[in-house]
Amino acid sequence: MLKPSSESTLNTEQIRADFPILQQQVHGKPLVYLDNGASTQRPIQVIQAISDVYEQCYSNVHRGGHLLSSRSTDAYEASREAIRAFIQAKSTNEIIFTPGTTFGINLVARSWGDACLKAGDEILVTEMEHHSNLIPWQQLAQRTGAVIKAIPITDEGQLDLSALPGLLTEKTKIVAMTAVSNVLGTINPVAKIVKQAHAVGAVVLVDAAQSVPHEATNVQTWDADFVAFSAHKMLGPSGLGILYGKESLLDAMPPFLGGGSMINTVTIDSFTPAMLPAKFEAGTPPIAQAIALKAAIDYLTDVGMENILQHEQNLTQHAHQRLTEIEGLRILGPAPELKAGLVSFDIKGMNPRDIAGILDTQGVAVREGHHCAIPLHQRLGISSSTRASFYLYNTLEEVDQFIEALKKATMLLG
Amino acid sequence: MTHVTKPPTITADELIEEFDFLDDPTDRLKYVIELGREIPALDDKYKIEQFRVQGCQSQVWVVPQINEEDPTRLQFAADSDAQIVKGMISMLVMLLSNKTAKEILVYDIKGLFEKLGLQQALTPSRSNGFYSMVRRIHDLAQATLEQ
Repeated sequence: MLKPSSESTLNTEQIRADFPILQQQVHGKPLVYLDNGASTQRPIQVIQAISDVYEQCYSNVHRGGHLLSSRSTDAYEASREAIRAFIQAKSTNEIIFTPGTTFGINLVARSWGDACLKAGDEILVTEMEHHSNLIPWQQLAQRTGAVIKAIPITDEGQLDLSALPGLLTEKTKIVAMTAVSNVLGTINPVAKIVKQAHAVGAVVLVDAAQSVPHEATNVQTWDADFVAFSAHKMLGPSGLGILYGKESLLDAMPPFLGGGSMINTVTIDSFTPAMLPAKFEAGTPPIAQAIALKAAIDYLTDVGMENILQHEQNLTQHAHQRLTEIEGLRILGPAPELKAGLVSFDIKGMNPRDIAGILDTQGVAVREGHHCAIPLHQRLGISSSTRASFYLYNTLEEVDQFIEALKKATMLLG
Repeated sequence: MTHVTKPPTITADELIEEFDFLDDPTDRLKYVIELGREIPALDDKYKIEQFRVQGCQSQVWVVPQINEEDPTRLQFAADSDAQIVKGMISMLVMLLSNKTAKEILVYDIKGLFEKLGLQQALTPSRSNGFYSMVRRIHDLAQATLEQ
């Protein structure tokens, strides 16, 4: 449970001044960016960090004996260490740079999954998963003959933990779960589920895309075997993500992509893989992006993850409260104390596409659709929803602007 | 072909005048939504795959109608599950109804919508599939020429 609402310690005015894109107007109105669940904006420090790489130290990493190459390699590895410390992993061998959360999950599904699963084994997902933590497991099931099972959700939008003992059997080989639902905002009890999963011999992969950016992460407390998240959802550059994996597991897994960098020895018809983490980083990585991720982590650390969490908690509570002013509106997901900084909703008789379209003309950016969670929407009995998702640079005033714009939309559409 | 009530028509000049008058984007959207309410709703029996326009994220149906007074002039009925999209397809239907197939095929929709500041709706990436709706009406018009 999160702390009850208290004064935010964030200086949002100062923070907002760091984000150039937030200064603009949209359709003649100030931009109110509430689509952070989809992607976040970047502070000038991260934008500058990318430029700095190209202007000062850029060269291909882990290759070459020249000065620029060693500068870029040092910066690249310094970023990896910063990520390790940020999520409290034991070793940098457990931090793999990927193109994103989706890639990281696919890596595990192929590399770990193909080697470890056989027909009749079970993969346990949840009803609230994003497609990126669902489809790779469906594909794995098709390849191996494994079976997909799902932890159901309650009507309140939480995982039905009473169903867990029945679902976790000696056939369960992996539990793939989200730490925070991108639609419901539900914060799941990861450590608790990991413990139960380990008791039956299953490993656990956590989709932490909506979690790592918004609260302090400790992979030791979770004890999860794999954790995937994305840079662009945490003020970091595009096209980059991180896969954390326990060293013993990553060591035992065969490589995923083959190519340069991930080899130890090579003959014309065979190879041996490199050690971690290089084994899973084939080819030239997104160098400037990986280096600049450290700037995002430094920024977040400076602001303080606890402060960010409390701030978002305040915004969500305020949003929940004000949304009750709108007739026919149903908030999807649990009470504010049980969820992260986002709120999805459904308004009777109104298409989210229309709601978002009118909000856009008022300068308010939200997301509408199935949010890559079609099974979840089927469970909720709707085809799509509207979602406002917050981050450190959003304010209570912006939540009020969102509500006023929403009221205007309901008037036009009613 | 179906027999449905005739939709009202609108001219390009009327649209241009209205959009000139309404310079606030929300008011323009409101106007589009209201246009959508001027054409009759489609009976559920016509909301089938045969009449659905592919390429739209919202559901859109366009149904060719028989114009009993003058079979050379085409008529369309349309509907959508999203009100803004219904407004857009209504604009199309109101602009193009009661015209011959040839007139429909040469009508400069793109030019008009640029004048109205709606050119954003015409890029393929725009999720309302506006191009798909225009294409469907063009295809229906073309089909009558080939009969």
